[in-house]
Amino acid sequence: MVSFLNRFVNKIFGGIFKKKKNVSLGFYGPPNAGKTSLANKICNDWIGEDLGTVSNIPHETREVQFKEKVEIKHKGKKMIFKLVDTPGIATKIDYEDFIKLGVNKKDAQKRAKEATQGIIDAIKWIEDMEAVVVVLDATKNPYSQVNITIIGNLAARKIPVLIVANKIDLRKAEIKKVKAAFPEYDVVGISAKTGENIEDFYESLFKLIR
Amino acid sequence: MVKKIKGLMLEFMPYSEIKDLDSSERVRKILSVVLSNRIIILQGRLKPEEETRLIEDTMAMIEHIKGFKGIELAVIGQNGKSTPLFQKFTQSVAKALVGDTASMTVIGPASIVKDIKKDPRKIELMLKK
Repeated sequence: MVSFLNRFVNKIFGGIFKKKKNVSLGFYGPPNAGKTSLANKICNDWIGEDLGTVSNIPHETREVQFKEKVEIKHKGKKMIFKLVDTPGIATKIDYEDFIKLGVNKKDAQKRAKEATQGIIDAIKWIEDMEAVVVVLDATKNPYSQVNITIIGNLAARKIPVLIVANKIDLRKAEIKKVKAAFPEYDVVGISAKTGENIEDFYESLFKLIR
Repeated sequence: MVKKIKGLMLEFMPYSEIKDLDSSERVRKILSVVLSNRIIILQGRLKPEEETRLIEDTMAMIEHIKGFKGIELAVIGQNGKSTPLFQKFTQSVAKALVGDTASMTVIGPASIVKDIKKDPRKIELMLKK
């Protein structure tokens, strides 16, 4: 009788409270869009620590970094994620661009070398992802080919994609433009820095992974 | 008056030129043109996995070829637009038969092309001085 009741309760409520185990969730996008800031925001919300360092100089994240077993709760549901923060994908790297931002020549050259390898690694990790959050800077032109290439590649692999239009705290942000560029995707506008609209992000994330 | 830009060379690559090549050969062909400081106007577009392969190989080359800083890339075509189901079907049939020739891809060396500004239906090449 007890086991029957257990099975009954599990059947009825199991679906609601069932934990999805360690879903590999990748953060992809161009450099300086706020991938690490968003990953940090999520990690701080649920485990109280950062995932990586952030900087105004592009290509701060030059290695794939991840955090295992991040449990996120939303409206009575729980999911466990492996958050995978990846280096920003670009089609060109010039160490002189880093020098212009105040980095000394030796460090700029090192940064450029690591950044190129980081991009190769980020692309290789795509096949291991179960879902991907593509983080775009809402103040920039969304029609950049890197954005289209990343999203096209994920679509070809049938990996679920959520597009985040980040930096909505900035006056120049245009979520409508991002939505118009990718009408077939769910686009959620947030500020990873201030936490604005982060609940909408979690809502969309839970819709993405059913 | 048309101002001639000294040293700028555009190379038109019809789709037929890459049609029978496999993915690595396509990427290799494109990069060999870019490495000779020419801008390619490719009829059609690469497959999504070929575009990422192009980025991967470009990154590997930056490390190994002195002075090479990467590429600028833009595709004009049906990106991101919702298309009705029947139109999608006819497009897939056409792609299967003759390849994706409805788009156009511009690829140039980053040492010459500073930026490619793109709206859905027009592109603007910003060249380095």
